[in-house]
Amino acid sequence: MAKITYIDFEGQSRSVDAENGSTVMENAIRNSIPGIEAECGGACACATCHVYIDEAWREKVGGPSPMEEDMLDFGFDVRPNSRLSCQIKVTDELDGLVVHTPERQA
Amino acid sequence: MSEAIKTDVLIVGAGPCGLFAVFELGLLDMKAHLVDILDKPGGQCAELYPEKPIYDIPAIPVVTGDGLTRALLEQIKPFGPTFHFQEMVQTIERIGDPLFRVTTDQGKVFEVKVVVIAAGGGSFQPKRPPIPGIEAYEEKSVHYAVRKMEVFRGKRLLIAGGGDSALDWTLNLAPVASELTLLHRRDDFRAAPDSVNKMKALVADGKIRLEIGQVTALEGANGQVTAATVKHNDGTTSRIACDAILPFFGLTMKLGPVAEWGLKLKDDELIEVNTENFESSVPGIFAIGDINTYPGKLKLILCGFHEGALMAQKAYHYVFPDKKLTFQYTTSSTSLQKKLGVT
Repeated sequence: MAKITYIDFEGQSRSVDAENGSTVMENAIRNSIPGIEAECGGACACATCHVYIDEAWREKVGGPSPMEEDMLDFGFDVRPNSRLSCQIKVTDELDGLVVHTPERQA
Repeated sequence: MSEAIKTDVLIVGAGPCGLFAVFELGLLDMKAHLVDILDKPGGQCAELYPEKPIYDIPAIPVVTGDGLTRALLEQIKPFGPTFHFQEMVQTIERIGDPLFRVTTDQGKVFEVKVVVIAAGGGSFQPKRPPIPGIEAYEEKSVHYAVRKMEVFRGKRLLIAGGGDSALDWTLNLAPVASELTLLHRRDDFRAAPDSVNKMKALVADGKIRLEIGQVTALEGANGQVTAATVKHNDGTTSRIACDAILPFFGLTMKLGPVAEWGLKLKDDELIEVNTENFESSVPGIFAIGDINTYPGKLKLILCGFHEGALMAQKAYHYVFPDKKLTFQYTTSSTSLQKKLGVT
């Protein structure tokens, strides 16, 4: 189990309890977190679950895979700390993870 | 206006549900034409995840989006469907009981007894990059597709993107444009390696320029762009003077004209149907697959297949009002087997 906090572009924060092995995207959808669309359902085939990893967590979460990097080309306002949340699996190490959702998805 | 194509059924969308509908209609002797905005069959399976595995097609433990599309095309081959690709259905007008006049954005006209909307998440449209005020330049100096290369002769072009469309048009337009800059978010391209090598050779020869960054603002007036501000990954910005911009950021799904066909919609995005035959609020217009909604709806390919089978039973009565329909199995019916070309 890990606690994940999603902060939207207006600064509002929402936290959920996430099971290990689930993705950061799935937990957002399950808990109706605004700002994440996940049009393709988690297949790394769109860029509508784009999030910014909080600076404090960037190293632990790591960077995108080459395939994910390709999909990020389609994202809105992509930054160095951008990731697709469907590609981040929850582990004990990520307990307390903070991600920021963009102003809008692509 | 061109002469109307007359057939039994027009299917809007050539994704898996539209393709399988051809099979179910065909078993009942109904001929179908399909219209799709993409240049190939398969819908999302072809466009979003051709290589990704699907695990929930009954009796097929695993198949890719491309594999499923190819298998469906094989399965519907006996019924000889006619495809109209890179066209979008624009209007549907009821002109008889039931008879529909359907027009596409390419000027084609159909006259059909039944319309089946299998349009999934809507039509695929080019993605608009998040640049403030870009709408004012669209169609005038910002183009998401190239219809005629000559339009760009002697112009200063800025092409944005890193996929095959961006690279292909960079290579094709380099000899036509007076200046060409390719702009991409990173120095790594999704496009075919061969195109990337050719592009890099043009850069090395000084024929085109390659910039790494993202457009953040446009300058211009009355729809005519004059320059773009580019933000580079190190935070610095620069200005690129240009007469036209071609952004290639892939496709997104939009409901599009479906909203204007007079059908009862839920939340302005899904077509309400009944679960007996998946007919919409307009008799003779059906909706199957991801685009419809009803109590308990699941957006699964297998549900869309089921919906197509039941739809065909009702459609039969519109196409052959005087005939009686007998339910038959492909396993045992010689008449069905004849249609399938297996006896």
